[in-house]
Amino acid sequence: MNYQTIIGLEVHAQLLTKSKMYCGCSTDYANAPPNTHVCPVCLGMPGVLPVINRQAVEFTMMTALALKCTISEFTKFDRKNYAYPDLMKGYQISQYDMPIGLGGYLNIDVDEQRKKIGITRVHLEEDVSKLLHRAVPGGEDYSLVDVNRSGCPLMEVVGEPDLRSPEEARQYLIKLRSILQYLGVSTGNMEEGSFRCDANISLLPEGSQKFTPKVEVKNLNSFKAVYLAMEYEAKRQRKAADEGEKLVQETRGWLDEKGKTVSQRSKEYAHDYRYFPEPDLPPLVISLEQVEAVRKKLPELPEARRDRFMTQYDLPLYDAGLLTSSKAMAEYFEEGVRAGKEVAPKEIGNWLLGEVSRIINAGNIDIDGFRKQVSPPALTGLILSAHGAISTAMAKSVLEEMFNTGKNAAAIIKERGLSQISDTSELEKIVAEVIHSNTQAMADYRAGKETAIKFLVGQVMKATKGRANPQLVNEMLKQKLAEASNQAGGE
Amino acid sequence: MKLSREEVLHIARLARVALTEAEITRMSEQLSNLLEHFEVLQQVDTEGVPPTAQSVELQSVMRDDVIVPSLSQDDVLANAPRREDDCFRVRAVLE
Repeated sequence: MNYQTIIGLEVHAQLLTKSKMYCGCSTDYANAPPNTHVCPVCLGMPGVLPVINRQAVEFTMMTALALKCTISEFTKFDRKNYAYPDLMKGYQISQYDMPIGLGGYLNIDVDEQRKKIGITRVHLEEDVSKLLHRAVPGGEDYSLVDVNRSGCPLMEVVGEPDLRSPEEARQYLIKLRSILQYLGVSTGNMEEGSFRCDANISLLPEGSQKFTPKVEVKNLNSFKAVYLAMEYEAKRQRKAADEGEKLVQETRGWLDEKGKTVSQRSKEYAHDYRYFPEPDLPPLVISLEQVEAVRKKLPELPEARRDRFMTQYDLPLYDAGLLTSSKAMAEYFEEGVRAGKEVAPKEIGNWLLGEVSRIINAGNIDIDGFRKQVSPPALTGLILSAHGAISTAMAKSVLEEMFNTGKNAAAIIKERGLSQISDTSELEKIVAEVIHSNTQAMADYRAGKETAIKFLVGQVMKATKGRANPQLVNEMLKQKLAEASNQAGGE
Repeated sequence: MKLSREEVLHIARLARVALTEAEITRMSEQLSNLLEHFEVLQQVDTEGVPPTAQSVELQSVMRDDVIVPSLSQDDVLANAPRREDDCFRVRAVLE
């Protein structure tokens, strides 16, 4: 049986506000001791009143507008009730039936095909406490609660089940994160948990209108995890469906190390959140003027920047798309272009997408981590050196050292005595020696074997530790060989 | 409206309250009575009255994104049932 894979993603993104969603505690808890960014409001003490953070609402409106959503004129907050120690109040203040943004989309490009992926809604809620589970051998397990994160603004973006493959899911996430980063509303860092994804996946048997039961997959902590988990689930569900096994609606957790999902069917009861309108927060009325004022603040978004890169810097679609998918990469590129006026933008792009990306991936860092060691002007300085002073192969090794030491290209080239020898008088002797000690290659060349010259060039490069200008050596060798055969012919 | 035994047990579970058999019977009656009292409200004619979740006419009350000092760690943890590693220690609750 053939099945279509149906995927819909829910993303929670922490917003870059200074203070929490409903109180004035700082959101900067990353390196803070436990329970030091806490006040009576986020501690859920009786009698306290929450107040909505204006900036969080604006960030959510910006996101909703960038995702082509309609901004609700009238929106409100609701209580989602559940008893779990990650929320001191016993409920989370979220938005239920009247979210800030409704009905938008974003575009993804997969296999050179553009596809519109629907956005169901964008709403605002609060983050929860961090729980540390402790197991005591032979004793009772317990949990430690750190309330610092509780109450930090959290924006949820719910996508339509329009994704048809793990790759589409990955592209959707990359695009959404890129939009949030361009807007400056979230760091989008998945590993640090400021950008979290839950995935819903089911199958649609060919020719049928009836989907298999929806499975929610949690604990997806990287783009790669999302891709692999979707691939695994699609396969698992196909196999189960083909073998007549009963698929059930359930939540499954992704185990990164084991590369599989496991059922988290420990809940005997279905959740009953008993949503009701938050009595402590008056509704939010958003005027058309307010919407337009926020719309004016929207910065250039990834697609617009990609199109500009193509016209302004004459880059191909593919390069422009990759360079603009991360805001930090796009900015690095543009600073490089400004710093290196003698270098073609395309060449800077090639270096960024080639060697620099390789270093970034190998070191498991991002472009900002690379920037700390190698600034955009330092990179263009290196590219300029590769135009004459050193060979391209050597430039790559110099870049590696620049990244490791933070030194600039000129200093490394000088220290290592790497500069290319383009002076014929310096090369003359070496060329002569190489010819003298490789009589066989000489004979081959004279016998018409053109490739023999490559071997000889290689010998000169070896003798100069790669510093000789290979084109120059090639010319010199040809000339010497021609002279030698003329002499031989004259005898 | 009479609440079923299952409904009473469900409500008790949501409130994390353990009930004895005698309490289940008693709660069933008492909760049903409470609901009946509220059913009186159903008699009010609300035709043409827009639904609201608010009893005051405030709207769009927001604060600027400004940090105000938090409590001291000792104050935060003052009511903790148990304290460990500067955290609240609670019984393990695994979903």
